[in-house]
Order: sequence, then structure tokens, then C-alpha cells
Amino acid sequence: MAERRDPYPEKLAELEDLLGLIDDRNQRIDMLIETADRFREVPAEVAERPYPDEHKVPACESEAFVWAKKRDDGTLKFYFAVENPQGISAKAMAVILDEALSGAPLEAVANVPDDVVYRVFGSELSMGKTMGLMGMTTMARLSAERLLASNAGR
Amino acid sequence: MTAIAERGYHDPDALVTTDWVAEHLDDSSVRIIESNEDPLVFRAGHIPGAVEVDWARDLNDPLRRDYLDREGFEKLARRVGLTPDTTVVFYGDKNNWWACYAFWVFQLFGHTNAKVMDGGRLKWEQEGKTLVRDEASYPASDYDAPARDDSVIRAFRDEVLAHLDAKGSLVDVRSPDEYSGRLLHMPEYPNEGALRGGHIPGARSIPWARAANSDGTFKTAEELRAIYEGEHGLSKGDDVIAYCRIGERSSHTWFVLHYLLGYPNVRNYDGSWTEWGNLVGVPVER
Repeated sequence: MAERRDPYPEKLAELEDLLGLIDDRNQRIDMLIETADRFREVPAEVAERPYPDEHKVPACESEAFVWAKKRDDGTLKFYFAVENPQGISAKAMAVILDEALSGAPLEAVANVPDDVVYRVFGSELSMGKTMGLMGMTTMARLSAERLLASNAGR
Repeated sequence: MTAIAERGYHDPDALVTTDWVAEHLDDSSVRIIESNEDPLVFRAGHIPGAVEVDWARDLNDPLRRDYLDREGFEKLARRVGLTPDTTVVFYGDKNNWWACYAFWVFQLFGHTNAKVMDGGRLKWEQEGKTLVRDEASYPASDYDAPARDDSVIRAFRDEVLAHLDAKGSLVDVRSPDEYSGRLLHMPEYPNEGALRGGHIPGARSIPWARAANSDGTFKTAEELRAIYEGEHGLSKGDDVIAYCRIGERSSHTWFVLHYLLGYPNVRNYDGSWTEWGNLVGVPVER
């Protein structure tokens, strides 16, 4: 896995460090399930079904959707929907991305690598599952990159 | 959905309904095994009394690319309290894709007293049946397994090459994009995919999920025959090798062809595209 690039979202770094200390598979899973239990779907004022395809995560079999809304302080607030009721990993990932990236400096969000998925879930994920979770990360990062570019007048 | 016995399957006993499972939760001769793609799903809630068999941790050798050996299988079987007489019922997420994979690995060790719960986890959930987070444990059992037999239902690279020369039937169960070579791998993880895209020459493209209904149950034999035979020209007497990326999706198709349609000669090429697409010199078609 690549070294973290600076700046890096502080809360994400803390979570990765914490998960890195957990060797027990079940303990990690239970922590991620508790995380998934905090999942809250995108509020109706942001989006309503049917969710538009441009917010759909490519290759995500859990049918995840991502929205990024600019806040007054210039950072982003992330919202998610996961349409597959069995998409528990996707819900956990959504909570992690929201809690760690919403309100973080855009430059830090733009430095989140796709392989954060392995740092969070471990290496035993299937390719399909990994692609979907990476896709969620990519969409969040791209939102920050686009806003940075817009701010810079590019 | 039509009752299993009325769907025209070759071996209807290979499937059980969610109701059957619900009626056998306390049956000590039955062990319910959940196998999922998503590692969080089992511990987030499972059928009461079920145990988890994880495709990566439990079924694969941790070092070599291969399945567990006899000793490993015995250890697994003893851990979940199986005897050779235990009726094992597999279920899981993704339309039982991983349940069929675990079922297939169990057949390599001759545990034929095995079934798949039709509709898998999705149907159980949709019916509002009980899910629990408490994990069951069973006293360790005695289980003496035979040596793994790879000769009947598993195909290796050289056998696929020979099969190709003999113009045997090949079924590629991946997505159309994988079959066509448009999708190779995750962009930043080429080691997870293949250096070449496409399919084994002559392979028919029949994505695995076509065998399942939207509620995760298997289609009737007539509907399955319309797909595999009507659309793609397979016939029961064919020697068939199915493959996907690592052999997990193709185990679902193997189950369909062998148990539901009664094809006697079906093998799963678990090396699949992650092996074939990286091999030097083998033919590839796009």
C-alpha cells in the first residue's frame, strides 16, 4: 500500500491506525458492522428516488450512490445511498467516508487513495467487492478534485 | 415461485426451500453454512444456528493458490461440528454464488450430503425470517475426509488446453465486458486481474446470474434449458468446462448444469481468467 500523502484527512488516518492494530478478523468485522449500523441514507432534500445515474458508483454491486454538497466553509459534505439491503460493507464504507471526509480540507480529501479500502477492510475482499468500495472512494475524491480545480479557476 | 419438486430438475434434492431450513433449525443432523462475498454479512445477522465458511479464510490455502488439503478440510469440518453423515445446507449472498462455491469445494472432498437453500440469504431476509448475531458453536466432531479428488469436477490449465483441442464445450460465465476483454482488472491493481482480456476461444458467454430469478431462486429446468441449450446450443451429453475469474461464479453454473439440468460431465476451471489471461502463449479470442 502506498504511503499516505500529506495532507491527509485526520479522522481517516486515525481510523486506519486503529484498524491497523486489530489483528482479530472478527473484531475488525464487528467494528465495521457497528459502523454500518450508523448508516443514514441521503436525505430527501439532497436526492430522491429514482437516484440519477451520474451519482451511481460504477462497478458497485451494492448499488451505491454518492453526492457531495459544498458547505459554507468551502469543504464538502458527503451523502450516500446503498440500494442493496445486503450491502453492509458499502454502508460501512459510506459512514467512514462521510465521517472522515465531510468537512475535511479539500486537499486532504483529494489525497485519499483507492487502496484505503484494503486498509479498512483488510485484504480478503473479493475483486467485485473491492471495485465497488474503491468506486465510492474514487467518487468522493473526484468531487474534491473538481471543487479544487473550480476554486483555482481551472 | 413453483415448488422445487415441480421445476423439472434432474436432482431436486440438491435444493431445499427457506421453509425447509426454518423447520430444521434444531435438527442435529443438519448443519447450515453461510458463505458470502461480503465478509461483514454473516456477523451482521445470520440464520439461527448457522456457521460461517469464508471463501478466502476457510476454503483456500493461505499460501499456495489452491484449496485446502485433506487435513485442512478435516479441521474445518471438525470446527463446525460436521460428521460425514451431516446434511450440510449452504446459503449466502449474491444469489448463492459463494454458497455454490463452498458446495463445490465440499464435493472435492466427497461430502455429497449437501444442499443449497434456494433463494439464499436474500429470500430468507425478504420473507422476514429470523436473523441473529449470536454465533453458534458446536462440539468438535470426528471427521475423516478422503484425499481431495480434483479429477472429476475440477479442471486445470492443461486439461483446458486439451479440452480446447478436442473442441469441448466451454462456458464463460463472466460479465459481457469481461468476456469481450473490455474490462481487465481494477485500474490500480493489475495483479488482481489479467494481462490479456478476452475469453478462451470458442467459449460461450452465459453470465452466471442468468440462472437466477430476481428473488435469488433458481429458474425452472425449462427456463434453464432455454438459456443453455436453446440460446447457446449446449446439450446434456457435452463435456463442459465452466470458468470465470477465479472459479467462484462458475461454480454456480457448474451447480446448475450438473444438479439442476443433469449434465454428467461438468468441470469448474478455478484457475479461470486470472490464470488464462496471464499465461504465455495460450490462445485468446475477443
